[in-house]
Amino acid sequence: MFRLLNAHSTGYDERLRRCATARVRQVHVAVARLASISSRAALCALSTVTLVSAAPIAANLGRAATPAEIRAWDIDVRPDFKGLPPGSGSVSKGQDVWEAKCESCHGAFGESNEVFTPVIGHTTAADIKTGHVAALRGETVPQRTTLMKLSQLSTLWDYINRAMPWNAPKTLTTDEVYAVTAFILNLGDIVPADFVLSDKNIAETQNKLPNRNGITLKHGMWNVGDKPDAQGSGCMKDCKKAAAIISRMPDYARNAHGNLAEQNRIVGAIRGADTSRSAATELALLTKGASSGNGSMANASSSERRGETAAAANAANTAPLKLAQKHACTACHGVNNKLIGPSFTDIHNKYGANSATTLAAKIKAGGSGIWGSIAMPPQAHVPEPEIKAIAEWLAAGKF
Amino acid sequence: MTLPRDDRRSFLRKAFLAASAASVAASAPRAFAQMSAEGDPAILNLPAHTKGLGQPVAARPYGLPSKYEENLQRRESPGLTRVGAAGVSFAPLQGFFGIITPSGLHFERHHQGWWDIDPAQHRFMINGLVKNPKVYTMDDLMRMPSVSRMHFIECGANTGMEWGNVAVPTVQYTHGMLSCCEFTGVPLKWLLDDCGIDLKKAKFVLAEGADGSSMTRTINLANALDDVMVAYGMNGEMLRPENGYPLRLVVPGVQGVSWVKYLRRIEVGDMPYAAKDETLHYVDLMPDGQHRQYTSIQELKSVITSPSGGQVLLDKGFFNVTGIAWSGRGKIRKVDVSVDGGKNWRTARLETPLLDKCLTRFNIDWTWDGKDAILQSRATDSTGHIQPSSMDLRKVRGTRSIYHNNAVQSWLVSANGEVSNVQVA
Repeated sequence: MFRLLNAHSTGYDERLRRCATARVRQVHVAVARLASISSRAALCALSTVTLVSAAPIAANLGRAATPAEIRAWDIDVRPDFKGLPPGSGSVSKGQDVWEAKCESCHGAFGESNEVFTPVIGHTTAADIKTGHVAALRGETVPQRTTLMKLSQLSTLWDYINRAMPWNAPKTLTTDEVYAVTAFILNLGDIVPADFVLSDKNIAETQNKLPNRNGITLKHGMWNVGDKPDAQGSGCMKDCKKAAAIISRMPDYARNAHGNLAEQNRIVGAIRGADTSRSAATELALLTKGASSGNGSMANASSSERRGETAAAANAANTAPLKLAQKHACTACHGVNNKLIGPSFTDIHNKYGANSATTLAAKIKAGGSGIWGSIAMPPQAHVPEPEIKAIAEWLAAGKF
Repeated sequence: MTLPRDDRRSFLRKAFLAASAASVAASAPRAFAQMSAEGDPAILNLPAHTKGLGQPVAARPYGLPSKYEENLQRRESPGLTRVGAAGVSFAPLQGFFGIITPSGLHFERHHQGWWDIDPAQHRFMINGLVKNPKVYTMDDLMRMPSVSRMHFIECGANTGMEWGNVAVPTVQYTHGMLSCCEFTGVPLKWLLDDCGIDLKKAKFVLAEGADGSSMTRTINLANALDDVMVAYGMNGEMLRPENGYPLRLVVPGVQGVSWVKYLRRIEVGDMPYAAKDETLHYVDLMPDGQHRQYTSIQELKSVITSPSGGQVLLDKGFFNVTGIAWSGRGKIRKVDVSVDGGKNWRTARLETPLLDKCLTRFNIDWTWDGKDAILQSRATDSTGHIQPSSMDLRKVRGTRSIYHNNAVQSWLVSANGEVSNVQVA
């Protein structure tokens, strides 16, 4: 390894080269005692992690990777399409895969904004000509879609291949990945409905991406040693006339992150603000508390609340919630908040206390159309007693 | 930065005087609010823990924080992400001391859920432009010589909600995608050498995870040969599952997404890979509609953690204003603090150690007079870079980016003692 580093060090960071040379010399010193290390090597050793020592991995650790092992893991596809396996897929086949495996999260037309941000939208025929998505320059589009940002087609293929579908990654065949990629491009009006994407035509298809020219490497945040683009002022005194507040939290958002009194330590120089009360109310209570010597309102109310939390925890049976977490129910259902599906509380309120059997059947069979457009897939793989436990818990409503 | 002994003594004396003055001035210092004529019942009535027998050793074989500390938890920001397996939980910076993040409060960012992987079945491969592609077991890696280094890890999207306006109330949500730990592992360079990296052709390496997302990120060769490490240890124990157990990449100074968790493979190559999180996410939208790609270095930043948004000051008088500063380009050299929204600044004391690409704790004394005050901190790093204001940043990058917001943070202390998140011009 020393030989190799030394031989190829030309053109590298000067410090690295010097240290590598020093290390080679060090190895050549016959009986290398610590004290005999050249001063240059010692200096290097102090300067960075790299140069701490001469990579003492002489022990034969690790073993050669077999070709089959490399094939199994080396699946990445680069922007020049190196690594792309041969294959092909049509838009229509892609639509079949999409409807079966992608639509529930991304919507029928890739437009859904319910689970993830939209895949499709806000690219135009003019963008396809220029390779710059015009909507990225304006303020009109609230959310950037995948196709607005996509500059490299390899990225889309590689990501679908390695990470989709979200709950069962790496289960699509190579041809299905081509097909889904083709279908997405067709939804974005980039390729026609009879298009077949393949390893043969993917490079020319790249040249139709609406945002293919939309990226830049001109910035100082990539290569070590490059310069930052925004420099602050070092002024210490009378730096401005006045500090004008230009943005603050709106009152309606005061408690949006939960009660901040419960998110701070109960001792010390400060307490968390009780955001369950309005700022004005809290001020009044604080003032009253201080004058009557009753202590901090924030403190008192936070201990009260801890008591309530403890009481609630005793009443609720937490085992079914653990089951719901184990079976990823909580990926789509919150206890009190709507996620993709309704909250457990909403389900309880709708179906009531005598609904355990109904709910168990619904969990097992799945369903759609009651709470919104996103269907709940069947959960028949969950063992019957566990479905029953979750259903009874939902019916009881003690979360 | 240590104070000369005389200065330190004078500082401590001043601090003590200020504190005593405050307790005299205030109507009822809150800690003593329960005082009766005879004295404090906390002293007069001996409590159970003074008059009884306590718990035995190993009652909790793996220790837990006091029940009185339960308010400090990792928390999600409501509405930020819609599915927990592709979500974020923020570290409670408002309650931290020093620079080390307790392992159980390290922030989380998962792209496709987290796993607790059997280390006996975990493998690490190096292939690509190397003479000998190799596979290592955890036994192999942990048998090798190791290094331990303290570094911060910050998500590229930290403070991303605040580009255009104030959006979240506390430092947990503005800056909590930040943690700092001691990591133990093997320098990647040693492993690349062991496989015979072709330094004539190699320019980049690709890091890849073993989980469902098989997260990939391109790492510059200069970083890979410098201080990048393949780590299994964190704060003296193995990595937590939420942080990549049993193996993750540590890329000091570079955004968290590059610290690939559940690391299974390094590929040596000669061009950047344009992975999903390098083309569709973690790209910085500029005012001209172009996206900056491969913006990786986490630039100089600092924030006051207490007093900070969502807190209430208990009294007028002395406060220790404390916070953290960090830079992906080197060490922290100086931190200035303003209590008047940036009109005037004083230089804070830096606590040791001062390490490369690591958090640095700063402290400065402040006597609050009970009037509105705007607290800010501004860091300078060892490259001479000074932390920009949000105005400085917007001039160059506009307001529509998500990533790499390293602006000076402002906290308004209102006359009622409540601290809130504001932006100032």
